[in-house]
Amino acid sequence: MKRLINLTPPRGGRWLLGFVPFLLLGMLYLSLSNARLAENPNDRLLPTPATMAQSFHHLATAENVRTGQIVLWTDTFASLERLLIGIGISALIGLVVGILNGGIPLIRAKLSPLVTVASLIPPMAILPILFIAFGTGEASKIALIVIGVTPFLIRDLQGHALRLPDEQLIKAQTLGASSWQVLLRVLLPQLTPRLLNATRLALGSAWLFLIAAEAIAAQEGLGYRIFLVRRYLSMDVILPYVAWITLLAFLLDQLLAWVSRLAFPWYHAGEGDKS
Amino acid sequence: MSLLSAKRLEKHYGHHVVLENLNFSVEPGEFVTLVGASGCGKTTFLKMLLGTENLSKGSLLLDGQPIPNEPGPDRGVVFQKYSVFPHLTVLGNVMIAEELNSAKLLGKSFGAAKRRAIDNARARIDEVGLGHALHKYPHELSGGMQQRLAIAQALMMRPRMLLLDEPFGALDPGIRQDMHGLIARLWQEQQLTIFMITHDLKEAFALGTRLWVFDKTRHDPQAPEAYGATITYDLPISQDQPSAAFKEALHHGCLQTFTEETFS
Repeated sequence: MKRLINLTPPRGGRWLLGFVPFLLLGMLYLSLSNARLAENPNDRLLPTPATMAQSFHHLATAENVRTGQIVLWTDTFASLERLLIGIGISALIGLVVGILNGGIPLIRAKLSPLVTVASLIPPMAILPILFIAFGTGEASKIALIVIGVTPFLIRDLQGHALRLPDEQLIKAQTLGASSWQVLLRVLLPQLTPRLLNATRLALGSAWLFLIAAEAIAAQEGLGYRIFLVRRYLSMDVILPYVAWITLLAFLLDQLLAWVSRLAFPWYHAGEGDKS
Repeated sequence: MSLLSAKRLEKHYGHHVVLENLNFSVEPGEFVTLVGASGCGKTTFLKMLLGTENLSKGSLLLDGQPIPNEPGPDRGVVFQKYSVFPHLTVLGNVMIAEELNSAKLLGKSFGAAKRRAIDNARARIDEVGLGHALHKYPHELSGGMQQRLAIAQALMMRPRMLLLDEPFGALDPGIRQDMHGLIARLWQEQQLTIFMITHDLKEAFALGTRLWVFDKTRHDPQAPEAYGATITYDLPISQDQPSAAFKEALHHGCLQTFTEETFS
């Protein structure tokens, strides 16, 4: 008998095996939902898939009588816009500061403690300050994402820059590189794929900050909608919305992974066969 | 005037003396091989030549000037590993030397300058026999090919001297033979001055024109850090086998264990 760590699932069955937990959860939900609806057909807590599909279809196609907008798309675009701007700004700051901190000891000595302390401030705790400073519009929501995500990106990139072998920096200098050229041709290209990777990990927190900010003050947005319909116990809207957000998050994550593999094949060389 | 000369050169960290009383002068075109037991300061010495370690006392002159205290294009280097850039192809790794020097702002050339850099890089790459792997990344190359690439890269700058820190230490014996042939050929063709650290005494004799043995001449059992290593033997190597007298001397000297390790 082989050891457990040496047993691998058959190739064809892998996909199926991954599907089983989802199937089990789905069946569990259906049975619970059926049980509740059998007792009370007007129960709102565990709606049937048909009800959810109907509500979601309505949100995705029906124009609002007053504004003429379709709720789902307005929400999605508003949220994605905030998320992407926030993540974009964070990534840019993270990359620049991460490279400078990682590459230039004189800058690191000044900035590194500040970044460490800043990364420990719970971003949600300063959300009121952001509302006071930026008002309750877009700026405060984007600022929350930036403040929440940037210190993490900086610390990750700085750490990675410091882990690059000294030999590479010495080698670049023996080829005549100036400090600026070392940052530009050695650190920047090696930290960019790392940035994509770190951004993937940070996307989870970015969504958290976005939805929290939208829940407190917004006129539209995925998080705003969920918290709005909570008042009416509309699980038939909340559950599809959560699934929709999860799908968007998954697609963003895979997009970043795909870009990274395509643009930086050498970075992914060490990764073995992922099952 | 000699290329490199040292007078009473000394290196210590606090009270820990690593190297002491180094005196030598090296002429252009010499191939110096450095041997010695682990931890006896060979690598520290190479780092002083590179400029990443400062000297503590004495003088170390390159072309009559104190050696710069940071790495520069006049001193090429090949390490045992991590010598090439993982994010650049073979061509990119060699081209970058010319690009860094012709494009100060971007470190990247375009148009005619780029074509010129490619041509020069290809010549260097062909010299080390990597012409078939121009567009491969280092992770796709074997250890021997990576070291060939590192040598081609270091030679792009036509350095005054080439520093090799156990460049073939991690390679298979067969590949190592090929690399010996390569480095000996390049040394002759391009009239390089080479300093090479090695653990392999046979390699040191086969390649070098001059052999330096690093060892401690004085030893205080109460304070093992009080005395540093120095060059205990500085011998010219003819292409003949080392003389019996020398082997004898090694055996009788304080190098006994080290010699037995390598010759047996």
